[in-house]
Amino acid sequence: MLKMEEAAGNGNYESRNVIIEVKGLTKIFENKLKAVDSVTFSVYEGEIFSFLGPNGAGKSTTIKMLTTLLRPSEGDAVVCGFDLRKQPQEVRWSVGVVPQEYTADEDMTGLENIMLFANLYGIPGDVARKRADELLTLVELNEAAGRKVSTYSGGMRRRLELACGLVNHPKVLFLDEPTLGLDVQTRTAVWRYIRILKEQYGMTLFLTTHYLEEADGLCERVGIIDHGRIVRLGTTGELKSSVGGDAIELGIREKDVDLTSFIMKVDSVTSVVRENDHYRIKAPLGEEAAPAIMDAVRSAGYHVDRISLTKPTLDEVYLEYTGHKLRDEEANSQQVMAQQRTVRRARA
Amino acid sequence: MATTEASVIGGLKVKDEGQVRINKGMLHGLWALTNRELKKWYKVPVLLFLSIIQPVIWLGLFGKAMNFGALFTSTSFNIPGLNIPKATLDQLATQAMLSTFGTTDYFSFLAVGMLSFIILFTAMFSGMSIVWDRRFGFLDKLLSTPVARGSIVMGKVFSSVIRSLAQAAIVLVVAVVLGMDTGKITVVGLAGTFLALFLMAMGLSALFLMLALRSTDWQSQMAIMNLLNLPLLFASNALFPSKLMPGWLQVVAKLNPVSYATDAGRQLLLGVPGFAPLGFDFLYLTAFAVLFSGVGIFLSWRYLSR
Repeated sequence: MLKMEEAAGNGNYESRNVIIEVKGLTKIFENKLKAVDSVTFSVYEGEIFSFLGPNGAGKSTTIKMLTTLLRPSEGDAVVCGFDLRKQPQEVRWSVGVVPQEYTADEDMTGLENIMLFANLYGIPGDVARKRADELLTLVELNEAAGRKVSTYSGGMRRRLELACGLVNHPKVLFLDEPTLGLDVQTRTAVWRYIRILKEQYGMTLFLTTHYLEEADGLCERVGIIDHGRIVRLGTTGELKSSVGGDAIELGIREKDVDLTSFIMKVDSVTSVVRENDHYRIKAPLGEEAAPAIMDAVRSAGYHVDRISLTKPTLDEVYLEYTGHKLRDEEANSQQVMAQQRTVRRARA
Repeated sequence: MATTEASVIGGLKVKDEGQVRINKGMLHGLWALTNRELKKWYKVPVLLFLSIIQPVIWLGLFGKAMNFGALFTSTSFNIPGLNIPKATLDQLATQAMLSTFGTTDYFSFLAVGMLSFIILFTAMFSGMSIVWDRRFGFLDKLLSTPVARGSIVMGKVFSSVIRSLAQAAIVLVVAVVLGMDTGKITVVGLAGTFLALFLMAMGLSALFLMLALRSTDWQSQMAIMNLLNLPLLFASNALFPSKLMPGWLQVVAKLNPVSYATDAGRQLLLGVPGFAPLGFDFLYLTAFAVLFSGVGIFLSWRYLSR
């Protein structure tokens, strides 16, 4: 595995092993559409990494390239120590994929599906059987294992996909929109499995999502991707503080005095804006700045009417870096159809 | 290649699994993929029943209706003025039948042709499954595994071959029940016939799969199938001997692998003189099967992923 020599802006990630290293990866389709435009990033061993972006941003295309389903037009990547271009077969042996669509064979049972994929990964029958039992337990499908997949609900199918993707005990598991169209309950379950995989088994997870709460609650590092480019990448904390940190709203009884420059002098305050009857203050760490501001204001003889603290959400981060809210963009019709089919089946 | 647990298993650590011998051979997964397709067929008897009903109808209705043998024997025509004895007419009819079909029994002649027919019509559907697999994303899932790309294609070819041979066997039994001449059938002849059918099934399945490799839409695949199957059937000796066809059609029939499988079957099961030596039949069919399977495997590496 490659050692990351310098991990600029990645907090305490310097010491971790890089398991996926992507350099200038680009995909231009036959119709000249540049789906992925020279993306460069690293994923560290044992982390949950995600691509956050709207439909058609290039998330799935990136995953398809990294799992050898699409040939990159330009650029290189090393996945689990193997060169994507020169050793695609080795990459396939070491990663697992949970695609966006429900791909399990409907005419077979859940168990048969898992056993088929175990066989495709060259796993001998007796070991495969043991792993299948284990995976079915993990995703809580033991009872349904003998039923045809066509009788499964959307949530069950998603869980089966997860089990199929884990059958070769991959070092890296790619999940393309793992909770697309799922109800809250199943979504929470999928998040739980993902956390188990990371915490108990030290697996590296690379997922794409267009749900902000998913990226925020589940992932350590997030790459915001839009129009095929990574517009910002960092830990969720870094991303949030990069938009100026927490916001503090402060109301002062003395309305006729302008305290803007006075508040600005308080430690760690980065900006102060006076709006009508209150001040909008930004500071990296609101819970430290707020008491300091109150103390300073009080000791100068003014009276605090009200104070509130809001933590930035990824929503704001997203808006800041892409210039638009996370929206459903027009993707090509086939993608939309596939996605609609998934959502429809998820709800069936 | 044996691999240690540590190098293969990154995440999940399974108790008591010890060293897992991962089969990294080129052929791993081939049988699992073949069996996946077969299961869909043998687990649904209705499908099996429906797929043999068509050739049975052809045999029972077309074969029995086209009663060429009775052209002379069952009628009482004669040339006015010449009072040709009935026995002479019957003999003439027999000679005409023998020189045309190689047998006096058109039904038996057609029955062997039907074996080729069922192979052709089963093989033709082999391409459809890959279109569906692509549409439902199953193909992408397969492609993300380390299974040989050629195995994805050959799994479908073999399942199609096995299905079509099983159906051909059923058709043969039905034909015998309906009155096919069994006088000259031997074990060797049967084995040879099914070898010929196997080779044709393999070549045809590979051909139809190849045409579907990049297709995402089943309508165009259906159109291709319909464009190919009837010409392949009619421009062969399956229904009628090619030697009585116009010259240009004979050329097509001579290139058509369906002709060779049918020809081998007729020589081996009915003992009729063939339109090519038996050895050449097998040579041609082997070349056809090897060529199209080879091209299919080659194209699968090239075209399955984009």
